[in-house]
Amino acid sequence: MRAMVYRGPYKVRVEEKDIPAIEHPNDAIIRVTRAAICGSDLHLYHGMMPDTRVGTTFGHEFIGVVEKVGGSVQTLSPGDRVMVPFNVYCGSCYFCARGLYSNCHNVNPNATAVGGIYGYSHTCGGYDGGQAEYVRVPFADVGPSLIPDWLEDEDALLMTDALATGYFGAQLGDIVEGDTVVVFGAGPVGLYAAKSAWLMGAGRVIVIDQLEYRLEKARTFAHAETYNYNEYDDIVVEMKKATDYLGADVVIDAVGAEADGNFLQQVTGTKLKLQGGSPIALNWAIDSVRKGGTVSVVGAYGPIFSAVKFGDAVNKGLTLRMNQCPVKRQWPRLLEHIRNGYLKPNDIVTHRIPLEHIAEGYHIFSAKLDNCIKPLIVPNAS
Amino acid sequence: MHSTPYVANKPRNTETRDELRARIPGWGADLDPADRPSYPREKLAPFHTGAHWDFPEQQPGAENREHSIEHDIVPPVFGTSVPLKGVSGAIRRHAYASYSEGRAAHWLLLILGDRVDAWESHLRSFASARPDNPVTETGVLAEKSAHGVASRFGVKRSDINHQWLDPLIVGGPWVAAGGVAFAITRKLVRRGR
Ligand SMILES: NC(=O)c1ccc[n+]([C@@H]2O[C@H](COP(=O)([O-])OP(=O)(O)OC[C@H]3O[C@@H](n4cnc5c(N)ncnc54)[C@H](O)[C@@H]3O)[C@@H](O)[C@H]2O)c1
Ligand SMILES: [Zn+2]
Ligand SMILES: [Zn+2]
Repeated sequence: MRAMVYRGPYKVRVEEKDIPAIEHPNDAIIRVTRAAICGSDLHLYHGMMPDTRVGTTFGHEFIGVVEKVGGSVQTLSPGDRVMVPFNVYCGSCYFCARGLYSNCHNVNPNATAVGGIYGYSHTCGGYDGGQAEYVRVPFADVGPSLIPDWLEDEDALLMTDALATGYFGAQLGDIVEGDTVVVFGAGPVGLYAAKSAWLMGAGRVIVIDQLEYRLEKARTFAHAETYNYNEYDDIVVEMKKATDYLGADVVIDAVGAEADGNFLQQVTGTKLKLQGGSPIALNWAIDSVRKGGTVSVVGAYGPIFSAVKFGDAVNKGLTLRMNQCPVKRQWPRLLEHIRNGYLKPNDIVTHRIPLEHIAEGYHIFSAKLDNCIKPLIVPNAS
Repeated sequence: MHSTPYVANKPRNTETRDELRARIPGWGADLDPADRPSYPREKLAPFHTGAHWDFPEQQPGAENREHSIEHDIVPPVFGTSVPLKGVSGAIRRHAYASYSEGRAAHWLLLILGDRVDAWESHLRSFASARPDNPVTETGVLAEKSAHGVASRFGVKRSDINHQWLDPLIVGGPWVAAGGVAFAITRKLVRRGR
């Protein structure tokens, strides 16, 4: 089969690989019909996630058709159209039993501090991902769901991570009616988080980024007020001004490890890899939120220490909430919202790239060229 | 006239419920914090995850699988992409066997393993039918079709001030390796004279 393969920082190519085999009785093999590149993949692509091995296939957002199932699989059969959450999880460990699907203890030998994620380095379990023609899906009775007939493929694909994560990020903010919510990052996750904040009753939603074309999307798609942090001397002061010097009730970090806006943090964090990421957006979040407020972190960070302004968080009495998204927990409600017309996930898709051209796709998304917001990958076999 | 936060409760200037509902499709659909899918964060009984086991069957191949020393067992299911090999494999195996995830040495060794892996793989590729090609693999050819210049300039982006480092990060090791090869060849040539 054809599969995207990592060749070292900033380098990927498409190679011929063996079609994955059933390795466990509850495995399924899925023929991928659509995949996507996530902002998280950029952290891998830039070589920031420890134990990212040359030869690995990335991709944790994908949908497809069941090709083959293992002996103990009860709920899926070949030919089923399925969407697969980005979490690999068992459904039965201490954490899964409590709904913490993204923190499963039975799927990742390499680390206890993170669950399993498809195509997301050995630190997340060493699974190959879905930017390929076929992918192995463990615990087929747990993760995947049939795609409802009325749901479009691209919308189903976006449910597997970006949409669910943005919606989850807004929930982590514990928004109450009338709250002022600030979202750092106008990527797919930030846009969906901003949109979801309204569903939870926000009174104001403000989105911050430096890419004008994404801020434009935040205004039209997410009905948000927007600020380009490059236009201001100090975006924290600007947020204080925008909130009568109170600060925002809730701030969501939808940027993560590769935040821009401070040359030194950027270079030490993302180029030299001396930090677990550049925590600029997180620090701005801590300083922009009001005392007693909540910071929700869905931006991803590496496992190494990073220079976070923890003292401010303590002194301001903040609640910090964060996690990788337990995707499937969000699905029933998200399906309702899509059905009611409150959410139209694929409004943010800008690029549909054939698998064979995935190297260009990574470059365009990474360097933010061509007004790229969300690039999808179309495998040859689909 | 002082405003909040200097006084307790000056009303804020936000839109009313009706205005918000009129402007934003679905506003307030998830108003009740207790009726949101991830609330409360942990809850036991109501989940039907689909698991029909107390503990999953064991996937074969666990014996030699590198694992965090914070694990009591190799978990029943794991990824089998790209097993450890070469010098990078030895470094990584050492990182897993010797240091917990709580130790910086664990992660720094894994990062070192990643850099060594990239160098080993590039070298190995030169002896293969398909050597690494930094031009096609970095996707830079998209600069032209995807408006590299227009996307970057005159649009208030500040990531431009470090993007120039990217080619150095990609190309640096190649240039360095070339330099070393050149120096060694020169030495050998001189010695051979
Ligand atoms: N927790 C999870 O489950 C989960 C799931 C998916 C993605 N993520 C993470 O969410 C983050 C965003 O993902 P994405 O797909 O939207 O990525 P993306 O790269 O498309 O978006 C990031 C955005 O942040 C902007 N940005 C950079 N520095 C900023 C700053 N200092 N302030 C404000 N904006 C800034 C960038 O210009 C960009 O528009 C990533 O870190 C990703 O790894 C987490
Ligand atoms: Zn993701
Ligand atoms: Zn589990």
